[in-house]
Amino acid sequence: MNEHDEHPLHLDGNALAGPLGEVFLVDPTTAWRRCPSCLRPSTLAELHVYGPEPGLTARCPGCAAVALRVVTQPGHLWLQLGGGAGAFRFSRPRIMP
Amino acid sequence: MRGWRRARLTGRTKQTATGRTLVFEVPRWPGHRPGQHVDVRLTAADGYQAVRSYSLAAPADGERVELGVQAAPGGEVSPYLADDLPVGAEVEVTGPLGGWFVWTPQEAGPLLLLAGGSGIVPLMAMVRARLASPSDEPCTLLHSVRSPDDVWYAAELDAAAAARHVRVRHLWTRAAPEGAARPVGRLTGADLRDLPPPADCRCFVCGPTGFVEHAGDLLLAAGYAPGRIRTERFG
Ligand SMILES: Cc1cc2nc3c(=O)[nH]c(=O)nc-3n(C[C@H](O)[C@H](O)[C@H](O)COP(=O)(O)OP(=O)(O)OC[C@H]3O[C@@H](n4cnc5c(N)ncnc54)[C@H](O)[C@@H]3O)c2cc1C
Ligand SMILES: [Zn+2]
Repeated sequence: MNEHDEHPLHLDGNALAGPLGEVFLVDPTTAWRRCPSCLRPSTLAELHVYGPEPGLTARCPGCAAVALRVVTQPGHLWLQLGGGAGAFRFSRPRIMP
Repeated sequence: MRGWRRARLTGRTKQTATGRTLVFEVPRWPGHRPGQHVDVRLTAADGYQAVRSYSLAAPADGERVELGVQAAPGGEVSPYLADDLPVGAEVEVTGPLGGWFVWTPQEAGPLLLLAGGSGIVPLMAMVRARLASPSDEPCTLLHSVRSPDDVWYAAELDAAAAARHVRVRHLWTRAAPEGAARPVGRLTGADLRDLPPPADCRCFVCGPTGFVEHAGDLLLAAGYAPGRIRTERFG
């Protein structure tokens, strides 16, 4: 059993529109990619999203390879593209209501 | 690079025992397309914040923003929004979000909408946009619900189905009204017979993850192309 099977409930990459919208200038969910592991094409919206803890993990719908991870903390947003590629830390604006 | 906007609750309508329509006034709301959602942020007195996604239930209408919330048992946010947030109080929203699970009335071709429970919410925005457009392309909505008590937008959908090229079919999963021809149960391949032909039809599927998964498989088996099926899992 791989990590994918242990968490059968997932969302679509569509659900990442909000979190990623904090650091992208254009809607990221229509961005296209081809999985380097199984060569399946998909938009970000079609990825399978697992989480919310320890962060949102988006996986290839074909082979479950990690496409990206995003972790939101009060002051920062961490974004990792692919598996094992290190994460980018973005500062989040502190706007209190 | 978006910010949060204040949204003031101006009205709440009971749809089902646990489903509510919430109307907010959002100053300078930029408008949106049917199928998009917002993220709603609640902030407690101690600064603790919770964010959840909710779909936009109606086409753009100035600063009026309508959501549909199903109270999940034991949920942190949805029961509060559904019943406790006072009319006149404010939350924060960001959006409109998502450019993938979207349909606009300018698009030609038949529309097939498959909703499980509260998955009706973003599809209702599409039905309403379709009704407001001059197009007479067929639009079919299959709504899988437990029983007649779980139907959202009942009167509005009845009127829609009578007036225009919109077909609405409820699929009862636990209890059907008297005289219903279809046996009670979850969506099956038989429910997809006599629908618009797969070739030029666009399909939108929304609801709990299990429903979306199952409905997507049935659509593929019925010959609908993967590239014409868009899904939104609520979790
Ligand atoms: C893109 C998108 C759009 C969405 N649009 C809508 C919408 O229009 N309307 C809407 O109501 N929701 C919508 N949702 C779901 C919504 O964002 C929340 O997940 C939902 O309201 C539950 O939040 P909560 O804080 O009440 O529950 P949480 O405190 O987050 O608890 C959820 C937990 O309870 C479990 N759970 C959830 N529902 C049930 C249940 N019925 N029975 C048992 N366990 C359950 C879940 O598995 C999870 O572990 C959408 C989600 C996404 C990703
Ligand atoms: Zn893959």
